[in-house]
Amino acid sequence: MSMSSGSASLGFEVKDLELINLTKRFADFVAVDDLTLTIPAGSFFALLGPSGCGKTTTLRMVAGLEDPTEGQILLGGDDLTRLKAYQRPVNTVFQSYALFPHLDVFENVAFGLRRRGIKDVSAAVTAMLELVELGNLARRKPGQLSGGQQQRVAVARALINHPGVLLLDEPLGALDLKLRRQMQLELKRIQTEVGTSFVHVTHDQEEAMTMADTVAVMNQGRIEQMGAPVDIYDLPRTRFVATFLGQSNEVSGRVTGTSGGDLLIEGAGSRFTLPVTRSAVDTGDILVGVRPEKLSISAQGSDIGDDVNYVTGKVTDASFTGVSTQYLVMTSWGGEWMVFEQNRSLGGTLRPGDEVTVHWRPEHTFGLAVDGSAAESA
Amino acid sequence: MPAIVPTTTTKADAPAASAGSSQRRSRTAYLLLLPGLGWLGVFFVIPIATLFFTSLQAPVEGRSGVYQAAFQISNYAQALGDYWPQFVRSFIYAGIATILALIIAYPLAYFIAFKAGRWRAIMLVLVVAPFFASFLLRTYAWRTILSDEGAITTALNALHLLPEDRILNTSIAVVLGLTYNFLPFMILPLYASLEKIDPRLIEASGDLYARPFTGFRKVVFPLSLPGVVAGTLLTFIPAAGDFINARLLGAPGDSMVGTAIQVNFLQFRDYPIASALSFILMAFILVVVFTYIRRAGTEDLV
Ligand SMILES: Nc1ncnc2c1ncn2[C@@H]1O[C@H](COP(=O)(O)OP(=O)(O)OP(=O)(O)O)[C@@H](O)[C@H]1O
Ligand SMILES: [Mg+2]
Repeated sequence: MSMSSGSASLGFEVKDLELINLTKRFADFVAVDDLTLTIPAGSFFALLGPSGCGKTTTLRMVAGLEDPTEGQILLGGDDLTRLKAYQRPVNTVFQSYALFPHLDVFENVAFGLRRRGIKDVSAAVTAMLELVELGNLARRKPGQLSGGQQQRVAVARALINHPGVLLLDEPLGALDLKLRRQMQLELKRIQTEVGTSFVHVTHDQEEAMTMADTVAVMNQGRIEQMGAPVDIYDLPRTRFVATFLGQSNEVSGRVTGTSGGDLLIEGAGSRFTLPVTRSAVDTGDILVGVRPEKLSISAQGSDIGDDVNYVTGKVTDASFTGVSTQYLVMTSWGGEWMVFEQNRSLGGTLRPGDEVTVHWRPEHTFGLAVDGSAAESA
Repeated sequence: MPAIVPTTTTKADAPAASAGSSQRRSRTAYLLLLPGLGWLGVFFVIPIATLFFTSLQAPVEGRSGVYQAAFQISNYAQALGDYWPQFVRSFIYAGIATILALIIAYPLAYFIAFKAGRWRAIMLVLVVAPFFASFLLRTYAWRTILSDEGAITTALNALHLLPEDRILNTSIAVVLGLTYNFLPFMILPLYASLEKIDPRLIEASGDLYARPFTGFRKVVFPLSLPGVVAGTLLTFIPAAGDFINARLLGAPGDSMVGTAIQVNFLQFRDYPIASALSFILMAFILVVVFTYIRRAGTEDLV
């Protein structure tokens, strides 16, 4: 009962979660590779990555369900690494909810309090059921609830213990799209209301970006990049992050010099400039990238102004979606680019087969290192 | 096997009447029940009815072993009066054997369900393997294992642990034999209900501050209750009616109802008393089973 003193208080104690050199090896397979990161108290933190990248394994180590091969886990400065799951002031919303099928909603939610020897649970449980808007279903069994309702029970069951950090493993994975959107807002509201840190695992980039203050993009057991959604979307530091967080158009080139704070690049029969601060490399081979909504498109030969980056190509597909028109352009070197153009003017749209210039401002450009998988984009 | 015939014809007819209405389909369902009902009629209702009439028969004067139809309810009073110690012993021995089997089987079934990994299939085969040898033979084998000169008896005697200085031909041997013989009937249903439990529920209980044993008590055990109920019934019922173990492993003073029924049928040829004993045993077991199931159905057992 080492933690009962801290958890008996009713308010949430907000604490930083620190992972230090956290590593997990299964036989000789490295699932989580030397992970070091700090999740500030009270933040909504999303761990985003493709299937098999080690997200669940990371959460399980924090929850105490998996022993780290190396490294440390600290919560508010206290070392949790050697504590058993039942001794950690951390709670989990499992991927499949794992509600106790023989207990009703009330008893599921009361489970954690009862285990810590708290006698009068009914006020706390009722308040928690109100928070997740399930007050009228307290006596139902989990089998009699819809997916969204089960999900709320799972959240309530974990949150009622006022964990220092709440771990959510793809909590919305089993829900249909509409319910997902609704529950995203719901979870965000709950997090704001209780103020404790949420670590939310997902492989849905849109979900991560809409919900989280901080997104960490994980790949093959490592964090590739971490930051506010706007920042990592705007300025991805690796090709993996650029393509995983939405669409990315790329052209390869070579750094030829600098001018002021800009890198000068030649590639694909054209010249590009981009701020040095927006590039991951400053010499040699480089991948010049830009997001599709930052692009403008016009018929070849029309005036695009100075100081812009541009590539030329031919429209292969144009689809009008109302708000915007989405073009696919086959570039002069054979790469396929995607352009989102807002329908601001009444001017006629371009058609497949038209020769076009695609241009954008240097400060919207990002520079990436050329890695093994760069060839795929061409 | 007349009951089989309608089903076969129905099956053959079905493709011909391909536009069959739902009414016709439900008639097919009833027809499909016929073999089962026929089986019950031939092998359950008729023997029970015969047994019931036999239990009320009266002896024919001067001819031993011959009985005539009557309404002699006193047969029941006589059976109960003569053999109540056997009834008591049956229920005590079967009860102890059921508890022992539960204690042995639960950890084993738990291990097979959660920890055995790829050995699971092999362990399950080992559980049922004894069925490949005859019940009688296996019980005889226990005579050797528990014999007065055997290693077990000698060792326990050296420690002065045996009240009668022996195991064979005591009630201990009878209970051990019952436990052994019906153990698989306990393990299999337990395994079946434990195997269905999602291991993530155990992790969830740990995540919610339950120590391993509390997690077991509050989550795994309640979810395995259907297996516990099925296993205890499947062990207790045949154990209470068993006549082999008491016969082969016990002393004459350890006899159970099964033994009494067997002796009355085959040696004394007192069919009415044997039948009355069978009926009383059946009634007692039904009462025990119903009380038990009702209690298990509510949360009293948790
Ligand atoms: N018990 C285990 N033994 C061996 N390998 C494992 C074990 N658990 C996980 N792995 C491996 O570790 C890697 C990371 O698994 P993890 O479950 O953390 O992925 P994830 O990021 O949660 O993926 P998903 O989005 O599909 O849930 C996977 O390649 C998986 O095969
Ligand atoms: Mg996972």
